[in-house]
Amino acid sequence: MMSKDNSAKKPALSFLDNSSARMIALFVLVFVVCSLLKGGKFLNADNFLAMFRQFPEYGLLAIGIGMALIIGGIDLSAVYLANLSSIVAGLFLHHFYQGTGDGGTGLVLLSFVVALIVGAAGGILNGVLISGLGIPAMLATLGTQSLYWGLGVVLTGGSTLSGFPKVLGTMLNKKFGLFPVTLFIFLIAALITGIIVQRTKHGREMKMYGTNNRATLYAGLNNFKIVVTTHMIGGILAALAGIIMWGRYSSAKADTGSTYTMQAILIAVLGGVSPNGGSGSVTGIVLAVLIIQMISSVLNMYTFIPTACRQIVWGGLLLVVMILNFYLDQKKKNRH
Amino acid sequence: MSIKRLTKKTEFYVAIILIAFCLLVQVRSGQFFTPNNIVDLLRSLTIPMMFAVGEMMVLISGGVDCSFPAIASLSMYFVTTKMDGMFSSPIPYFLVAMLLGLCMGAVNGFIVAKYRFPAMIVTLGASSLWIGVMQGILGSSEYPLTSALYRLGEAKILTGTNAQTGFSSNLPVHFGFAVVLVLIGWFILNKTMLGRGIYAIGGDEVAAARAGFNVFGTRMFIFCFSGAMAGFIGVCRASMMMTVNPNNMIGMEMDVIAACVLGGVSLVGGKGSVLGAVLGTALMTLVANSLILLGIPTVWSRVFTGLIIIIGTGVSAVQEKQRKNTLHVAVSEE
Repeated sequence: MMSKDNSAKKPALSFLDNSSARMIALFVLVFVVCSLLKGGKFLNADNFLAMFRQFPEYGLLAIGIGMALIIGGIDLSAVYLANLSSIVAGLFLHHFYQGTGDGGTGLVLLSFVVALIVGAAGGILNGVLISGLGIPAMLATLGTQSLYWGLGVVLTGGSTLSGFPKVLGTMLNKKFGLFPVTLFIFLIAALITGIIVQRTKHGREMKMYGTNNRATLYAGLNNFKIVVTTHMIGGILAALAGIIMWGRYSSAKADTGSTYTMQAILIAVLGGVSPNGGSGSVTGIVLAVLIIQMISSVLNMYTFIPTACRQIVWGGLLLVVMILNFYLDQKKKNRH
Repeated sequence: MSIKRLTKKTEFYVAIILIAFCLLVQVRSGQFFTPNNIVDLLRSLTIPMMFAVGEMMVLISGGVDCSFPAIASLSMYFVTTKMDGMFSSPIPYFLVAMLLGLCMGAVNGFIVAKYRFPAMIVTLGASSLWIGVMQGILGSSEYPLTSALYRLGEAKILTGTNAQTGFSSNLPVHFGFAVVLVLIGWFILNKTMLGRGIYAIGGDEVAAARAGFNVFGTRMFIFCFSGAMAGFIGVCRASMMMTVNPNNMIGMEMDVIAACVLGGVSLVGGKGSVLGAVLGTALMTLVANSLILLGIPTVWSRVFTGLIIIIGTGVSAVQEKQRKNTLHVAVSEE
């Protein structure tokens, strides 16, 4: 936005105009504050390992929901689609797996593919309802939220699915030094979606659609394809999150992680995704995931704070960040 | 109103589906048109119907409010636990809860009206905040209901008894409150300048401002009204249940929004009626409560809710698309 010739007379804090720079500054700030508050308890290998184990599941959901926000919509169904994917995959394993806890590596890998297919199909259904039928995204995904949740309840009879091959747990809980395997799943998925959103034609079309979908229609773009593809990617990310949660607990349930929807919206908005649609980046979302995880870990260390108080922090932070971004953006506009 | 105009109304179709569904349940079970079943249905309709009135106003103005269950729960929990036994009349409890609800609604209203953020994200954030305050700071747990409200819960309008089975159900006075609230909502929307303003803002905000409507003030009013009503409804719920359960309203927002939209209230604003919202809520309540009578296991209830939302909103979305298309054709042919 800013042309080169006026960069010389930029005020000292003007790097904050750029939302990525703003995120990096915030990241460093939160990191320093956390380190100062908790010192060695925060800055130690066990804590980092614990943090790396926790964020991939909701981080993936945040990227998926963030993509839905970028195209000017929302996805309220992601968490339940994640659970449905792992439930279907779990039933697939139950059906074909004959052993008593040993072996079954190939089947487990195959069941991951099943989960990803369920995720993609659920995402496509969301996209078709939104763009094909023209149901507002909020209502369409509210309906599918209920549907996926309900199907999960029907398939499990309302209880928890367990009794899977041991390799499921060992595979997904494996770690390389400080880095659990789920962190790599998160990073690879984030890298791929990051490239799609920030470096490809589809990513540009997503932002254009999010800014003004009538303009993209008149410009000859395929609106249906943009929406369906975006939600399909969101569905696949949800399925990945479902697989990670499945591996973490070695069990699948219809309503695991029901508070993640709110948290994922917060992360996306904190990460610079415009709540009105049209802009946002995966880089920002990933930084926001790390920030939220650090805050969450430090809050956990204060044992006298009830866990429910985190909801105050998430809700309050969402409102404060939105208002702060509003004023920072306004300043930027005034300067031009 | 002519038949032709009638058939263009969403309310008309919702009413037909509602009647058809009642008959279906009656044919399948023979238990639908029994006094106790009707009274039970009216009883479970009470709370969602009241919520729907507040939500409908927000929707018509082009916004959405996801925070009313949180506001209702927090204000109800505060007055029933912190003011337990202080008054012998239920009225102070209602008034304080409404005041608390009004303040929380004002926070929503201010942020939405001043910064023009999407109301859904703002109210989701606010919802998380208030639930956090209730669960984290007040430490929500079940609590015995204060006696003034307990006595109100025992008051009933009538009792429906099934002559064959001997089961009977009471219709609490709260149903009367709900009817009054629906009438107030109807009056504001149809008979006052404020109501015209709500429709005008939802239709086109800029045009409404040019026409002299106070956009900021109207938005503030809508959210404050919705918040104050939520406080009132929260206390109603506790006294109807005759116990303080802080968590059993959470999650109702989505069903209420869906019910309003089923009844023809537009999610993009400018359109909707009190009758439609009530019919939509009745349909949702009816389906949720009649699955057992139809012989469908309760694990399926969420699937059915989802399907109703998708099919109901899908039909009106497709209709809207066709209407727009025919409009374009009509214009181009001229």
